[in-house]
Amino acid sequence: MSQLTYIWKLMKGNRMLYLTAVISLFLATIFATISPMVLRITIDSVIGEEPLELPSWIMSFYHNLGGREGLLGRLWIMGLLIVGLNILRGIFLFVRGKLAAQAAESMSKQLRDNLFGHIQHLPYTYHVRVKTGDLIQRCTSDVETVRDFLAVQVVEIGNAAFMLAMFVTIMYNLHPQMTLVAVAVIPIIIGFSFFFFRQVRIRFKKADESEGRMQTVLQENLTGVRVVRAFARQNYEVEKFDEKNDEYRNLLYQVIRSMAHFWSVSDFLCMMQTGAVLVVGAYWAAQGRLTLGTLVLFTTYVGMLLWPIRQLGRILTQAGKMFVAIDRIREVLNEKEEEDSPEALKPEIAGNISFKNVSFGYEGEERLLDNISFELKEGETLGILGSTGSGKSTLVSLLARLYDYQQGSIKIDGVELSRINKKWLRKNIGFVHQEPFLFARSIKENITLANDDVSEDEIYDVARTAAIHDVVMEFEEGYDSLVGERGVSLSGGQKQRLAIAQTLIRDCPILIFDDSLSAVDTETDARIRQALRNNKKEETTIIISHRINTLAEADKIIVLDQGHIIQAGTHKELISEEGTYRKVWNIQHPPEKRKLLSKKGSVDYAAN
Amino acid sequence: MQQIKEDEFSKQFDFELWKKMGKFLIPFKKLALMLAFIMALVGILDAVFPYLTKYVIDNFITANQVSGLGWFAAIYAGLVTWQALNILLMIIIAGKLETGLSYDLRRIGFNHLQELSLSYYDKKAVGWLMARMTSDIRRLGDIISWGIVDIVWGFTMMAASIVFMLAINWKLALVTMAVLPPLIAVSFYFQKIMLKLQRLVRKINSRITGSFNEGIMGARATKTLVREEKNLQEFQKLTAEMESSSVKSAIYSALYHPLAITLGSLGLGLVLWYGGAGVVENTFQYGTLVAFFSYAVMFFGPVNNLAYIFTRMQAAQASAERVISMINTEPEIKDAPEVKAKYGDFFTTENPRGPELHGAVDFKNVSFSYLKGEPVLKNFSLEVKKGEKIALVGETGSGKSTVVKLASRFYEPTSGKILIDGTDYRERSLFWLHSNLGYVLQDPHLFSGTIRDNIKYGNLEAGDEEIQKAAQTVNAHHFISRLEKGYDTEVGEKGDLLSTGEKQLVSFARAIIADPQIFILDEATSSIDTEMEKLIQSAIDKMMEGRTSFIIAHRLSTIRSADRIIVLKDGEIVEQGTHQELLNHKGYYYNLYLGDAEEGIV
Repeated sequence: MSQLTYIWKLMKGNRMLYLTAVISLFLATIFATISPMVLRITIDSVIGEEPLELPSWIMSFYHNLGGREGLLGRLWIMGLLIVGLNILRGIFLFVRGKLAAQAAESMSKQLRDNLFGHIQHLPYTYHVRVKTGDLIQRCTSDVETVRDFLAVQVVEIGNAAFMLAMFVTIMYNLHPQMTLVAVAVIPIIIGFSFFFFRQVRIRFKKADESEGRMQTVLQENLTGVRVVRAFARQNYEVEKFDEKNDEYRNLLYQVIRSMAHFWSVSDFLCMMQTGAVLVVGAYWAAQGRLTLGTLVLFTTYVGMLLWPIRQLGRILTQAGKMFVAIDRIREVLNEKEEEDSPEALKPEIAGNISFKNVSFGYEGEERLLDNISFELKEGETLGILGSTGSGKSTLVSLLARLYDYQQGSIKIDGVELSRINKKWLRKNIGFVHQEPFLFARSIKENITLANDDVSEDEIYDVARTAAIHDVVMEFEEGYDSLVGERGVSLSGGQKQRLAIAQTLIRDCPILIFDDSLSAVDTETDARIRQALRNNKKEETTIIISHRINTLAEADKIIVLDQGHIIQAGTHKELISEEGTYRKVWNIQHPPEKRKLLSKKGSVDYAAN
Repeated sequence: MQQIKEDEFSKQFDFELWKKMGKFLIPFKKLALMLAFIMALVGILDAVFPYLTKYVIDNFITANQVSGLGWFAAIYAGLVTWQALNILLMIIIAGKLETGLSYDLRRIGFNHLQELSLSYYDKKAVGWLMARMTSDIRRLGDIISWGIVDIVWGFTMMAASIVFMLAINWKLALVTMAVLPPLIAVSFYFQKIMLKLQRLVRKINSRITGSFNEGIMGARATKTLVREEKNLQEFQKLTAEMESSSVKSAIYSALYHPLAITLGSLGLGLVLWYGGAGVVENTFQYGTLVAFFSYAVMFFGPVNNLAYIFTRMQAAQASAERVISMINTEPEIKDAPEVKAKYGDFFTTENPRGPELHGAVDFKNVSFSYLKGEPVLKNFSLEVKKGEKIALVGETGSGKSTVVKLASRFYEPTSGKILIDGTDYRERSLFWLHSNLGYVLQDPHLFSGTIRDNIKYGNLEAGDEEIQKAAQTVNAHHFISRLEKGYDTEVGEKGDLLSTGEKQLVSFARAIIADPQIFILDEATSSIDTEMEKLIQSAIDKMMEGRTSFIIAHRLSTIRSADRIIVLKDGEIVEQGTHQELLNHKGYYYNLYLGDAEEGIV
């Protein structure tokens, strides 16, 4: 049971808390056991005339109160005793509940923090390969399962076990045969509920999955509402939804039906059990083989036991899930984090970049980059053109050490990249992705994610440069508008512009634009680049784009195809030679337009 | 982080609102009445059992005889069986009611959402609507059906117990009931606080899930922004909040149960004191005493359930309000009653298409504003002949997408009118126009399913041959047939398994298979690689062939092949003509085309 050992390890620091909770649980059960005994004594030996047989210290107490005669006149003492015992029981129940919750919550906090921190530091390759939905489930519902086990199930199982042990011992001492009658159905109920809940879990899962399918149809209908309207497919959608809605209704109803079977059968068994105690007890009591007080004690105990016992099956099946959950969590925690050697360098970065014969590919797969070489001096701009899958994104990812290259050498300011501390390196590289990820926060917070030590004016400045300021000002809450599902929805181009602002505010010596203006219309694209040029300090910049206009200004341009550099040079050089670059240029700039522009006196175009 | 103000407790119990909700219960009247009847039976039977205990004690035990005990056992067993059957029926009926009611609410809600205008969708986030249709409705179905169970059971059981107690011994009954008021007060107080705290915990929990989501989905952003440490710090703040709220919530539950137990034992103590004395004085029988032991602790169940259900109902009022308001929202654009009477609506398919549509579109002095006082189009007139290709050009905010939205009747003019084939389109059904409309969006939305399913969306009757033909026409067939499963390839949620360009081609195929008379295209700006670009351009040309077309154009080739270019500025037409005409004119378009920074619209 390595899982239990792991739980034990998790409990470190909370073990005393947990132990106290268990002791309290035990004490509460003892008091719960005593109070029906007081009832029994009162009925049999105070109101009735059965002789008392109790430990001597209680007997002396009893005599001090005036014995039977004395108590008979002061029955309130017995009433008060019952209330007192229940108050004590209540206090320990409270202590148990509080401490168990404290221990469990503190452990689950730790577990969540560990997971979160750990996942953040897992290498990018892990994130690329992992199924996000599954990973999120491990971090949320699996942690929840472990928490429930610690906070609820251990306590409930312990409670039922303690009670059963205490009650059976006492009952057995009072009347062994009657005890047999009183606990007869208990094993049946435990077994029945255990197997029932294992069965019903499958139905639950089916209903859950069906609900998921229904929600997918709903979600797609809502996000695709314009398509639905444009094709006048409302009727079709209604039928599609109705099918899923109906399926979910039926599956959920099946679950409830099985619950109905379970509860009616187990209620039947429980009530029959109480009835059996009552009838058999009456039979024996009438013959004088059992006192009335003992019978009352038996019925009370049975009544107290039945509820926790009925829950036991459900709790046991849930506890079973804990083992699976622990394994799934540990699998994540055992993944190796991204590491830097302690000798990793943190050099001042100016921005001279050199690639020498760099190759990269996943193990056993075709190379994504093959023999890449180029040099870029501080402050220069590199443009990269290439079709989907040509390796251009991989190339810039290598530079940020999201992947590690296997062959060749990449140097920044003469220092081998693999010797530079990863975080240090990334702090010096501003990386704008084609499909940027925005956090569910305000626009302002998104801009200042990596640098929140800035003034409002600086935020507006970068937003203006990225041509997003005007858009933001149109939102009702301006820079405080939330991004995402709960707030404003941004178009792909707006997201890209926000990501540019987010990067510009960081002041990095190296900037990478990975096709990050692809969803912005050409005018805005031009405006942004103009603004960038005006603001440009000495950043070394790499721009990936399909738009020749964007690339034309670069000091150097390389054209990638299937991991190879097939062309390299300046814009002028590349348009004067046969090749991909010129082909694309001709499509985007038909001769007619070039003629008009050259008439207008633009030098660049006149040259052609 | 900003808090979303939802799920707040409404002030008071709102009977009017629940009456409105009751309207949705009408189809379930019989079920609900049956359920209430059974619950009343369950409550009464529950109150009978302690009386049986009294009977046993007084007639057999203290009488020291067992004759008739067999009969008693049989009756007891009979009652138990009856009660078990009641419970079986109660859960089945309540389940039927719950699932049926939520099904109905979802169906009504979904149908209504299909009729609501796009302006409604512009204002409401999808997440907001999803929450109405899922968690709010789930909560209502749950509360209403199980509410009936708890309320009827709670009241009848308490009433029956009180009647039995009073019948057995009214003085002892009054003594026992002394604990009832504090029990009620404590239960309502704690249930309310506990519910509030549980909601807080759930809210924090969903934020934690959100953070994990961001931490995982945004891993690349985190790494490149080097935010690992900061993210963790923020996360730890959140989990600390979670810890303290959960513990607080646990403390209240840990307090409530002991308090209820103590109050119950107080009743027990009172019965023992007062009733025990009665037994000694021979005014009560033993059985009475023991029966009252049971009654004294039996109140906890119903009181607890009633407190629980009433606080839940109060809290669910917000859900009820939101669902009702969604269902009661009137669509801004809908067919007039006369039109409906003539052509039917979306859900009655008899002849909704109406007369054949040819495709001449005439904007007559159309003005339009999204917000009052902020006109987007001013006195806009444009006559488009059948089969004419119109390219709309202008800066963001010039009104070109509004023209398209009005033409497709997603919005209607604030003043002026739009004629299609010479008739005001408001005199025809929405279905008539939309089933003749091909509409391709900048960001093509695909549904999960196969490529075939998605193309078929444009024409549900299309066979495989037609599907393939459509795909060939728009140059999609080539890439589809290279896929391992061809047309049966799953596109994933939102079509995410395909590239942007591929999604676009599939959406073209979907549009063309519908064989629309009017074609609307909001051309994507996204730069895709040159190969794809060429395919898309020739596909667009083929789609426009012989159809009245409105295109928000970004590509030069599209603009050039248009019959007429409409240049918009601030909601007005500033220039129109062919590409060459406009260039010769050397006006706004000319400058737009060449651009200031040697860039153009292309």
